[in-house]
Amino acid sequence: MPPAPMDQALIRELKSLLGPANVLSQKEDLMLYEFDGSVEKARPEVVVFPLSTEHVSGIVKLAAKYQTPVVGRGAGTGLSGGALARGGGVMIVFARMNRILEMDLENRRAVVQPGVVNLDITRAAEKAGLYFAPDPSSQKSCTIGGNVAENSGGPHTLAYGLTTNHIAALELVLPDGEVVRVGSRHGDSPGYDLCGLFVGSEGTLALVTEITVKLSRKAEAVKTLLAIFDAVADASRTVVEMTASGITPAACEMLDGWTLCAVEDYIHAGFPRDSAAVLLIEVEGLREAVESQAAAIEEICRVNHARDVRTAKDNNERDLLWKGRRNAFGALGRLAPSNYVLDGVIPRSKLPEALEQIHAIGKKHGFQIGNIFHAGDGNLHPIVLYDPRDAEQFKRAIAAAEEIIRMCVSLGGSLTGEHGVGMEKNELMPLLFSDADFDLMRRIHDAFNPDSSLNPGKIFPLSKGCGEIRVRKSGQAAGGRQ
Amino acid sequence: MSSIVNLSGHLEKLVGSERVHTSEAVLKAFAIAGRAPMAVLKPRTAEEVAEIVRFAATEKLAVVACGSRSKLELGLPPQRYDLALDMTGLCQIAHYDPGDLTVSVDAGMPLSELSKALAEKNQFLPLAVPRSATSTIGGAIASGIDSTLRQQYGTARDFLIGAEFVDGTGNRCKSGGRVVKNVTGYDLHKLLIGSIGTLGVITRLNFRTFPLPELREAYIVTFPAMEAALNFHDSLLRSGLPFSNLELFDPQFSALLAGYLNQAGGGIPGSPGKSAWHVFASFEGIAGVMERTQRELRERCVQAQGTHKEKLNAGNSQQWSDALRESFDWLRSAAASVALLRIVLPQWAPRDVAELHQALTQSTLRSAFALRACNVAYLALLSEGEDARTSMAIEHCVSEVCTSVEAKKGSATVLHSPTWLKDRLNVWGPKRADFPLMQRVKQAFDPHNIFAPGRFGGGL
Repeated sequence: MPPAPMDQALIRELKSLLGPANVLSQKEDLMLYEFDGSVEKARPEVVVFPLSTEHVSGIVKLAAKYQTPVVGRGAGTGLSGGALARGGGVMIVFARMNRILEMDLENRRAVVQPGVVNLDITRAAEKAGLYFAPDPSSQKSCTIGGNVAENSGGPHTLAYGLTTNHIAALELVLPDGEVVRVGSRHGDSPGYDLCGLFVGSEGTLALVTEITVKLSRKAEAVKTLLAIFDAVADASRTVVEMTASGITPAACEMLDGWTLCAVEDYIHAGFPRDSAAVLLIEVEGLREAVESQAAAIEEICRVNHARDVRTAKDNNERDLLWKGRRNAFGALGRLAPSNYVLDGVIPRSKLPEALEQIHAIGKKHGFQIGNIFHAGDGNLHPIVLYDPRDAEQFKRAIAAAEEIIRMCVSLGGSLTGEHGVGMEKNELMPLLFSDADFDLMRRIHDAFNPDSSLNPGKIFPLSKGCGEIRVRKSGQAAGGRQ
Repeated sequence: MSSIVNLSGHLEKLVGSERVHTSEAVLKAFAIAGRAPMAVLKPRTAEEVAEIVRFAATEKLAVVACGSRSKLELGLPPQRYDLALDMTGLCQIAHYDPGDLTVSVDAGMPLSELSKALAEKNQFLPLAVPRSATSTIGGAIASGIDSTLRQQYGTARDFLIGAEFVDGTGNRCKSGGRVVKNVTGYDLHKLLIGSIGTLGVITRLNFRTFPLPELREAYIVTFPAMEAALNFHDSLLRSGLPFSNLELFDPQFSALLAGYLNQAGGGIPGSPGKSAWHVFASFEGIAGVMERTQRELRERCVQAQGTHKEKLNAGNSQQWSDALRESFDWLRSAAASVALLRIVLPQWAPRDVAELHQALTQSTLRSAFALRACNVAYLALLSEGEDARTSMAIEHCVSEVCTSVEAKKGSATVLHSPTWLKDRLNVWGPKRADFPLMQRVKQAFDPHNIFAPGRFGGGL
């Protein structure tokens, strides 16, 4: 059935609300917004760029009037399809709501609009020795609004927690256009922890229009170690022992040998091309603590047969190692037309077993699967390289991915550590949640988003819970894997 | 339900007759603000809890889940109270993976027992909450009561990684998991923290655990006046040094603390003078860090013109830490009539503390004040009277303090007050703009409004 065209009256009203420059409705413009960082695909019917909370409220009211779904989007770097218009409809892109409204350095708070880029908060705070701790690999481009929606993590989540640990208050627009504030500047208000509920709700409960973030103090000393191993199992055992001995570094990342070579070819970060795996370990804090932690970590690495343990001599060397880590997915992107970055979590003690299984699953489906991940908190990022033009290969990639996520769950882990459920894993949710769990989650969903007009088709399996989720019949929602 | 006899019969079918209590003595022990339930049930499993809740939902019976019952008075008394659930029958450690630093524990387990089990593996849970000898883990979370280790380890929301609970329809639900990093599904377990039993009956909680620190030390520093003490407190907070607790208190609080410590059989080094302000600073870490922290603390003490500083020996240090952890408890019983307020401001300047004390000097009430880290302060209003005059004085003071705190964009709540005064005080402070959203959350969790109805006021 050909897609039913969106009501042109809605587009006219949106243009009159926002000005024509802030509304896109031509097919060639909309195509730019049908992807994010995931393997999914869904095209919005109109893209709008609000400049204020009032705009957002107005857009939502118009969408309600025309019974059209709404999805929020930051920079579109998400990896679970959270910012894709699965139900078609209106996509609200927050790129032009990108002002830092207030820096309260004295009390370590910043008030920002959702379109502010993650790293820009740190840039504005660093002169006072402060920074915004959550550091997704995409922090140079991803927005704080997207981080809040997905409860994003990053390498330093190990010591400092996810986005939710760094948010004090939110301004929200509910699906009926009402504007509400939750939380408080001091982050300690009586009653239910609504901030804790909205952060990580993946845009399914409300749209976030203003965020009060907590800033952290930069550590006085940092030490970055690169431990090089000739066997993956030795590297993973090192992580297990480090955790068990109670050492929590600021970050503990693993890159396997295959990935290392790709990164080295691209970034020249100084990773050894002939190793089986490296651990990139960072310790931060007081000088005295950093020295002793680094020594303890080095000892554990050596006991587990590290071939070498190098320490970054200066900031340049440190930055280069991190550049290699942060750009690893990009480096692998040079090897195949497309890649699928998975995100699963396992109990940290199961790391050696999990890596073996990932290898076996890759072999079974005919893929070499790379591993670049947050080893310290058991957050795996297996990466499957594939050619999306080859339908059969794409199908196999999806099958391998699903098998890996099932394996994580069977080891006592979880579906996603930092990317979100979105439309990537909503059908896998029953692996963890029962009908009773869905029932409650649906009631929470419906309490704020009763018509499923906000970000439909996400988190919940389409067959469960939100039965009335409208994936529009228009066909605009044709997804990558549908 | 036609009669109490009938009710007992039904309840006995759910958990067995030996686990249904209706004797007056037992019911009285579970009373809240003088109101006793019709029956006390002691389930042994999460499934039994679910069955009880299903029954209660059908019969529209109000349910209050209890642990050690040390903090039942928080919030307003429930408007209806039919069944008390004694959760101490659910008291096992379900999973403990020391190698992963995670633990999963039944809600009724006493914190002290959990601590023992964790200590065997050289680990601990940084929940230093009052009545720690008897408090259950479920009560510690549901009450949302402050931990004195917050400065270093954060609040429960920073280390609670999952929960199992029974919702208001009698369904057994869960949220989060047993891994330290997880964004799967809504973070419903965060809502349970501080929900004082109004959203669900917590049956199991999953935490990340922490290695016990190698060394712990503490100092007590004396100042002749508030401003110097507060500046010192603030300078330590901003130092980036690993303080686990930093607490500043006024002379009246010191005197009460001294009384408590004496009672507990401990001498007080640097015994607090009548007009002196004190800062208690405990810190932890490895030897090198401890040396440096001590050095910097002493330097800052000189700069701030502290008149006396004393390093507490291990025993004394523990005694003081314990006493401060229990302050919620002993402040409640420090006089015949006590109103205990918890005040949070975006920041505490000397002017704020001075204004507070200024307001109190005009009252007939005595008071005691302590400022913890993270801008959380406790203010106790004390009177030996129990008459109308006392009541008016407390009401007046609480309202003055709340108005001033609100103007400063802070929040004030009443943690404790005489029962006869409770409904006249605004224990939760002014109604917040997001209250309607909280009502939606409550309705979603507890559609029949059977969990501790009314404890937040306004139907929550």
